Amino acid sequence: MGLKIEEIKKMIIESIPDAEISIEDLAGDNNHYSATIKSKQFHGKSKIEQHKLVYDSLKGKMGGDLHALALKTIEG
Amino acid sequence: MDQNTNKEIKEKIENNDVCLFMKGTPEVPQCGFSLAIANLLKHLEVNFKGIDVLASTEIRQGVKEFSNWPTIPQLYIKGEFVGGCDIVKEMYEDGNLQKKLEEKKISFKKIN
Repeated sequence: MGLKIEEIKKMIIESIPDAEISIEDLAGDNNHYSATIKSKQFHGKSKIEQHKLVYDSLKGKMGGDLHALALKTIEG
Repeated sequence: MDQNTNKEIKEKIENNDVCLFMKGTPEVPQCGFSLAIANLLKHLEVNFKGIDVLASTEIRQGVKEFSNWPTIPQLYIKGEFVGGCDIVKEMYEDGNLQKKLEEKKISFKKIN
C-alpha cells in the first residue's frame, strides 16, 4: 500500500493545474507525507474547502491507500 | 450509512459543545494526529468530549461521510465542523481557534 510522491503530485496537478507542490516523505514508507500546496484556486475559500479540493484530487485515496498526508495550503 | 449511525453521530455533536472524533480516548490516544488535537484542547483547558471511533466501525466510517472529510480526527465546536489535525493546529498557531472558541462562548484558558 501507499503512494509514491510522483503519483500524488500527478493527481493533484490533474485537478489543480497551477499547484506548486512540495512533498516530504516523513517516515520513508510511502505512506506518511507532509505536503505544502500553493494555488490561485484557494483564493476566497475557507481552509476546510481548500483541503477538500486537495482531498478530492486524490480521488478517495486519502484515508485509504494513503494513510497520512499532513496538509498546508497557501493562497497563490 | 444507516439512519441509526447518522442519528448517533448527530446526537453526539449536538450534545457536546466541543466534540472530537478521534482514534483512542483523550486519556490514551491511539494515533499521533488524534493525540495532537487532544493535547491542544487539554493545553487550552477546553472541556471536550472524545469519541473513540475505534470502538465502532459504523461511526468510524459514518463520520467521514457525515462531515464529507476523509480522515480522523475531526473536531466539532457547537455543531460546526472546524477541521482535522492540520487545520486545527494551524488555527491554534494563528489564534483563530481561540477566536472561534470565544465566538462560540466556550470557556478556555487564555495563554499569552
